[in-house]
Amino acid sequence: MKKLRLATLGLLAAALAPAGVLAQQPVKIGFVMFLSGPAASPFGVPAKNAADFVVEELNAGKGPAPYGKVGFGGSKIEMVAIDEAGPATSVVTEYRNLVQRSNVDLVIGYISSGNCLAVAPVAEELKKFTTFFDCGTPRIFEDASYQYVFRTSSTATKDSVGAALYVKDAKPGIKSIAGLNQNYAWGQDSWGDFELAMKVLVPGIEVKTSQMPKLFAGQYNAEISALLGAGADVIHSSFWDGDLEALILQGGPRGLMAKSMTVLTTGETAMHKLAAQIPDGTVLGARGPFGPYAPDNAYNRWFAKGFESRFQAPPNYASYQMAQAILGVKLAWEKAQDASGGKRPTNEQVGKALEHMTYEGPGGTVRMALGKGHQAIMETAYGQTKLVNGKLTLVNVKRYPAEVVNPPEGVKSADWIKSGFKK
Amino acid sequence: MSQLGPVFVDGVIYSAWLFIAAVGLTLVYGVMKILNVTHGSFYALGAYAGASLTGAWLAKGYAPMLSYAVLFGGAVLVALVVAPVIERGLLRFMYAKDEVVILLVTYALFLILEDVIKLVWGVNPYFVAEPYALLGSFEVGGLKYPTYNLILVGLALALAGGLAWVLRATRVGKLLLAVIHDPEMSRALGVNVDRFYLVTFTLGCFLAALGGSFTAPTVSVVPGLGVDVIVLSFAVVVIGGLGSLPGAALGAVIVGLVRSASVHYLPQVELFVIYSVMALVLAFRPRGLFGLAEPRKI
Repeated sequence: MKKLRLATLGLLAAALAPAGVLAQQPVKIGFVMFLSGPAASPFGVPAKNAADFVVEELNAGKGPAPYGKVGFGGSKIEMVAIDEAGPATSVVTEYRNLVQRSNVDLVIGYISSGNCLAVAPVAEELKKFTTFFDCGTPRIFEDASYQYVFRTSSTATKDSVGAALYVKDAKPGIKSIAGLNQNYAWGQDSWGDFELAMKVLVPGIEVKTSQMPKLFAGQYNAEISALLGAGADVIHSSFWDGDLEALILQGGPRGLMAKSMTVLTTGETAMHKLAAQIPDGTVLGARGPFGPYAPDNAYNRWFAKGFESRFQAPPNYASYQMAQAILGVKLAWEKAQDASGGKRPTNEQVGKALEHMTYEGPGGTVRMALGKGHQAIMETAYGQTKLVNGKLTLVNVKRYPAEVVNPPEGVKSADWIKSGFKK
Repeated sequence: MSQLGPVFVDGVIYSAWLFIAAVGLTLVYGVMKILNVTHGSFYALGAYAGASLTGAWLAKGYAPMLSYAVLFGGAVLVALVVAPVIERGLLRFMYAKDEVVILLVTYALFLILEDVIKLVWGVNPYFVAEPYALLGSFEVGGLKYPTYNLILVGLALALAGGLAWVLRATRVGKLLLAVIHDPEMSRALGVNVDRFYLVTFTLGCFLAALGGSFTAPTVSVVPGLGVDVIVLSFAVVVIGGLGSLPGAALGAVIVGLVRSASVHYLPQVELFVIYSVMALVLAFRPRGLFGLAEPRKI
């Protein structure tokens, strides 16, 4: 009887509690990124570090305006971090566990395009607000439409089109290209978009060779010989992690980057680790305006300085993408909370608030412009390396506005490139 | 035609690397009948040890030319520390069990060692690029190659020649051949088979670690480095015949040259060319090129 009375009192208290009190309950966010395997070092761990830093700062109310409110709308953030490693089936199982057992309020994560494609329909089925922060495939919102799924970073199309525009500008009279990309979705899509964009920009351009070694093959002597022998004006590579670093270590001493202008679309992740080994003139991308290409705004000063002082290493593009995902979701949460009179917002309300939102982050302006307001677009930048007094700098930096390197709403990336970038 | 030189050189360099990486696997199988999946971890441990020790050596400002000796020392260290613990502490209790059980045990060890590597070295990459560029370069067909590659080729030739000499021209080698042929009869005749197993396993571990250590200057040493190596090594020793040293050498040469030719002439098929060769060899010689039919014991 006593227990029943207590329970009734508890229920009454909950029902009568002011909305503000409920809003103070922590917001539990599931963070998913590679914490083991080859993608952990270049992407997963820097992204996790960024999440740790940003969540800590937000919980302490130290974010720059308009991110100064504690946590999400006054509620502290509780992190649940899980590893993205494993086949897509186990990634989906872990996602279900995160939602149904750990009962997270929101999910932010996913680096692999394959995992994003696998998780998106499950997020929709479970009606769980999920934001992808890094994966690049444009297919997510080009092939389907979602209510609960968002992506606050732009697609790989921007990287390839940006690279094509850069080499056309930096190498006037370019007559031939060659590629060295990993033989799976990311490598094939990146090369496909780049090749297509170059054919549109420079009609009649010759493709000397397209090398597609196995992911993490490690030994590239033969591929480098084939590229050196081909002697193309420009070499495109979307290699990442150990493959990217092996290419720099093996290709540099053989004069690959000196012979052909070499574009490394994810090269920024290696620039701090291999500063002395990257030959001058190599074109580096950062998958957007991140790292060395980030604008000098209040958000970048707060994030980059705070991150570096905490982890003794500068943030890379995966760190930036994680930071801007958290900040975007925070703004959406607070907008939805304000709209509901201070009550804790539902997933649907947060989603509605994020749709078509434009906000500023450490990488500059993020516009949720594609995929019916669920897919972000951003500007991009490329530059060439130059070692100055032992420090790697970037020269001849060129920036390309978001509208120039992203397709318009409702048009598939490949169709847009084929149409000659028609708006 | 002008590509033939680079095709040959690339093939030889890749073959040398493959042989160094794979020869320990076939040696351990030949003597102990263990398909040692832990071989990939030994390779990775060698790479980490080589990168860490050589990095520390160069950071102290010691003679860069001696960094090659440090790479070699790293492999010796890994073999002496890791192999006896695994062989004496675990594998010797498994010899009576079925080959499949031992395979699973070594696979479990591989997974454990992958995590041990992460515990010790973390997930960030290690680099030791200096030894790769230290010796300058040479040219073939107008293409530049770092002379370091010749060290790999020389190392592979020295290992092949050294192992052949030990097996054919020394008393220890002849006893080892007896153990390979019939361990039970060798034991009955007074050969210390357990000691041969320990030495062979340590030598196999050393060879894998040597492969990893001398690869370290050309790659970024990251977790998961040993995964692909075990698959490639397996393909090489299967083509040559499990347990056959000449088979491993021939398998490495075939795979190296075929892969190089495909990269230069038909890059679209590079991904599966190695496994196509393996399938083709197994279709006609199910025990590999040098594999012998095992006599059935009654």
